[in-house]
Amino acid sequence: MDKLREKAAALLADGTVTMVLGYEEGTNKPRPVFCHTAEQASKLVYSSQCINNLAVYLTKKEIMGTGKVAIIATIPTLRSILQLSVENQLNEDNLVVITVMDKDEVKQFANFAEIEAYIADFQLKLDGKEQEIINKLEGMSREERFKFWMEEMSHCFKCYACRAACPLCYCTKCIVEENRPQWINPWAAPLANMEWQINRAMHMAGRCTGCGACGDACPVGIPIHLLTRKMMEDLAPEFGFTPGQPSKNGNALSTWKADDKENFIR
Amino acid sequence: METKYISKNGLNEWFSQIVKSGKRVYAPVEERGKVEFKKVQALSEVAEEYIQTTQSIKSAVFPRAEVLFSYEKENGQVKVDDFNPDTVKETVLWKVHPCDAAGFKPLTAIFNWDYTDKLYNAHLEKTTLVTFSCAKADKSCFCTSVNGGPGNTTGSDVLLTMLPDGGAIVEILTPKGEALVQLAASAFEKDKGEDKSKYLADVPLTFDLEEVRARLATAFDSPVWKEQSERCIGCGACAFVCPTCACFDIQEDAHGSKGKRIRCWDSCGFSLFTLHTSGHNPRAVQSQRWRQRILHKFSYMPDRLSVFGCTGCGRCSRACPVDMNILEHITSISKK
Repeated sequence: MDKLREKAAALLADGTVTMVLGYEEGTNKPRPVFCHTAEQASKLVYSSQCINNLAVYLTKKEIMGTGKVAIIATIPTLRSILQLSVENQLNEDNLVVITVMDKDEVKQFANFAEIEAYIADFQLKLDGKEQEIINKLEGMSREERFKFWMEEMSHCFKCYACRAACPLCYCTKCIVEENRPQWINPWAAPLANMEWQINRAMHMAGRCTGCGACGDACPVGIPIHLLTRKMMEDLAPEFGFTPGQPSKNGNALSTWKADDKENFIR
Repeated sequence: METKYISKNGLNEWFSQIVKSGKRVYAPVEERGKVEFKKVQALSEVAEEYIQTTQSIKSAVFPRAEVLFSYEKENGQVKVDDFNPDTVKETVLWKVHPCDAAGFKPLTAIFNWDYTDKLYNAHLEKTTLVTFSCAKADKSCFCTSVNGGPGNTTGSDVLLTMLPDGGAIVEILTPKGEALVQLAASAFEKDKGEDKSKYLADVPLTFDLEEVRARLATAFDSPVWKEQSERCIGCGACAFVCPTCACFDIQEDAHGSKGKRIRCWDSCGFSLFTLHTSGHNPRAVQSQRWRQRILHKFSYMPDRLSVFGCTGCGRCSRACPVDMNILEHITSISKK
């Protein structure tokens, strides 16, 4: 931890960056913190308990300002940074990316290409319990799956914590807020909630990097991250990308090529 | 007000008589790893080991989405099918916590402030609250700092304080509570004179509410809002789990010549909440929205409605994806 704090303090003290995004001790687990001075860097912590994906703040202009900032990135955050980069949402020159390796060694990446090389060694894995739900869903008939999700969606009250926690949900106006015409029914009801989640999954198709922030954020415990996760795994072989790696060929929903397979049309 | 004793068997008898009377009973139920209020038929369904339900019980009187009226246009005539209070069913809220019951006071004040809300009042009139004192609390709880307490009676019709023998001290607080007790009058026994305070959770006093209010009166331009809200990601989780948040949006479910007008929960934490048609947003950034949340609960509501908009249930702190701990934030304001 000392090395991380020293690094962050040095970046702030010599004026390399105006702010360091990292984690501090929270109520039950570490939470996001924004260090503006070298002194504040002493609050920083880092452990496997750091689950918030800090990349979510990188597209918020009101927080980021116009200066250069540093971000302390976990592996899922690194994946999000790369995806944001291929979507032209980040300015490489304005961002210092730091990660913490084994034995608390601090690594500062020279550029995004180095991040890509670094994360290639980390396989994207679901934990056993999540894999179990996916296996269960795969074994279900279409009707059973619909019933499962309708039951889950009956708990959703449309707080949009899933959207707010997702680094890739950076639209300034979300489709649910579009009301001319109203594409998605805005009230909370099982079917209207399902419409929202199907839309979210579609918009994430081929973009989601599997960080699980949406599922972690859901206050009512809906495993929504499994929707985008499963979508990612189903799409990867079809669209030629590797789950968890940035998809440089554009995203599945908005990219069209003359030789696209049309074997799904029956 | 009258105090009685009820044994474990007596409680079972009373509960089954309530169900038998045809009233809907909502109680905390554990499902999918969460404890939430749900319609129940038997006392055995009711959750035992938990601190707090994720969501408050406000949806019993202020549903997530409620049809205000429906309409149909035919031959140039518009037929309006208005909300009918007679369709509201008699409801018992079982095992509510004192902080949830206390939430009905600000809710009632809001829904009767400048306009008497027919729907809210119809639900409230047919709702009876059987509150259970809290024997346990966690570090997100702070009812004692906001005029409440683990054995507080505000808002309740009946308050039970559980005893080690599985029975309970019963405080009958209102005529509604008395009527509910009468459904199984023989199940209740004479008060044994037990002191309920022995069985209550210890919830330490962490800030002085009036001091917070006094500081907030001049805090509109304070840098504290930006400092505290930096990590807020602007979702509505805090507002939706809150027992007193009452903001709503009105939406139209229109299909050609017929449709419904629906009232749905909304949150001042959303950027869209104050967006004007012109494109101007008076609360353009999250720090302004966080300021609104705190000032509304701890300054505007006591000023206008003589009641604070927070009951110290701690739900917002527990539900927040980024740990915006309200107790910590309010305590820090009280010390500034």
